[in-house]
Amino acid sequence: MEAYVSLFVKAAFVENLALAFFLGMCTFLAVSKRVETAIGLGIAVIAIQVITVPVNYLIYNFLLADGALAWAGLPEVDLSFLGLVSYIGVIAALVQILEMTLDRFFPKLYNALGIFLPLITVNCAILGGTLFMVERQYNMPESIVFGLGSGVGWAIALIALAGIREKLKYSDVPDGLQGLGIAFIIVGLMSLSFMGFSGI
Amino acid sequence: MSEARKVLIDPLVDNNPVTLQMLGICSALAVTTSLLPALLMCVALTSVAALAGAAISALRHRIPNNIRIIVHMTIIASLVILVDQLLKAYAFETSKQLSVFVGLIITNCIVLGRAEAFAMKNGVVMSFIDGLGNGLGYSIILIAVATLRELFGAGTLLGYPIFELTSNGGWYEANGLMLLPPSAFFIIGLLIWGIRVWRKQQVEKPDYQIHEVHRTEVY
Repeated sequence: MEAYVSLFVKAAFVENLALAFFLGMCTFLAVSKRVETAIGLGIAVIAIQVITVPVNYLIYNFLLADGALAWAGLPEVDLSFLGLVSYIGVIAALVQILEMTLDRFFPKLYNALGIFLPLITVNCAILGGTLFMVERQYNMPESIVFGLGSGVGWAIALIALAGIREKLKYSDVPDGLQGLGIAFIIVGLMSLSFMGFSGI
Repeated sequence: MSEARKVLIDPLVDNNPVTLQMLGICSALAVTTSLLPALLMCVALTSVAALAGAAISALRHRIPNNIRIIVHMTIIASLVILVDQLLKAYAFETSKQLSVFVGLIITNCIVLGRAEAFAMKNGVVMSFIDGLGNGLGYSIILIAVATLRELFGAGTLLGYPIFELTSNGGWYEANGLMLLPPSAFFIIGLLIWGIRVWRKQQVEKPDYQIHEVHRTEVY
């Protein structure tokens, strides 16, 4: 149990996907202007991340990895080169399913998320989470915890940045630094402070 | 021909994908701790962007509109797999350093963004040039950031010592912060500031105009 807690904390804070690995930066900077939308996107990312990482774990270990097809009587087949295409296919399909489910059962949330839902497909934090899972050879429970932790960490960073940028609107920023420039500097400072977690 | 030249040159500074359009930032930051992986990443991304542009443009009349994103993703993913396999075959050590970031070219918004915005509407050659231009615009930023980080963080360039480190009896104390994630954010932020001071038209309008009040009016 302790190992899972420490994996969660590590995935959410120490190795924060946004602030330590720069994943999902495009959406991170584009959607962090208002706290409300940031919360919506954050929740959607957590949901997708928790589902995709374990599903891709199953796909990798039972279809793609070297010798994974042994259960089908094909122990010598190595399909790992198909990894990237299958992961992105899984992600796109899951996002589509989530979109349809939300539309059917939670229309309010669906409308609030709007355009951000399909955009999650091209969010590199999601694909990155899967690729890290493969690279670090997590097992099934570990990949669920890692998916949850990394999603939560990304969402926290996004909402925090949105909060700061909402306040920042009223400050006097030098002309050339206005907008994107100052956002980068803030993210840099946030990244510095998140490094403080590395002692845990 | 001048049209093609404009498409190639425009993304370098005036319409740079990283500093102006906010695209493809993820990998621009992550692979820049030293110059060699950054260079490889530039080559990989530029070739994927150019080839994906050409391929999507060639198929643009046959791709049904409602599933176009999936078609784009499949084309891009196949090209990225090719690049990934090539890197593993010929530059194994560096490809280990790039770790997941080669795979992440798939979700790099530059490639998909140009496919969506340019390749779907223009001819094969122009789309190729457009992909090339945007890849190069990305490369300029990547190389600038990587040079600064490796030079000041480790005193070397491409692994060759430039500044003699104090640990080897030289004069330069390596700045460890440059090798950590936050410095990449600061460098890009400052780079954007520099470019926008030079090219005034890129400056963004503030959301909220601060009203100038003279001190005497307050009393």
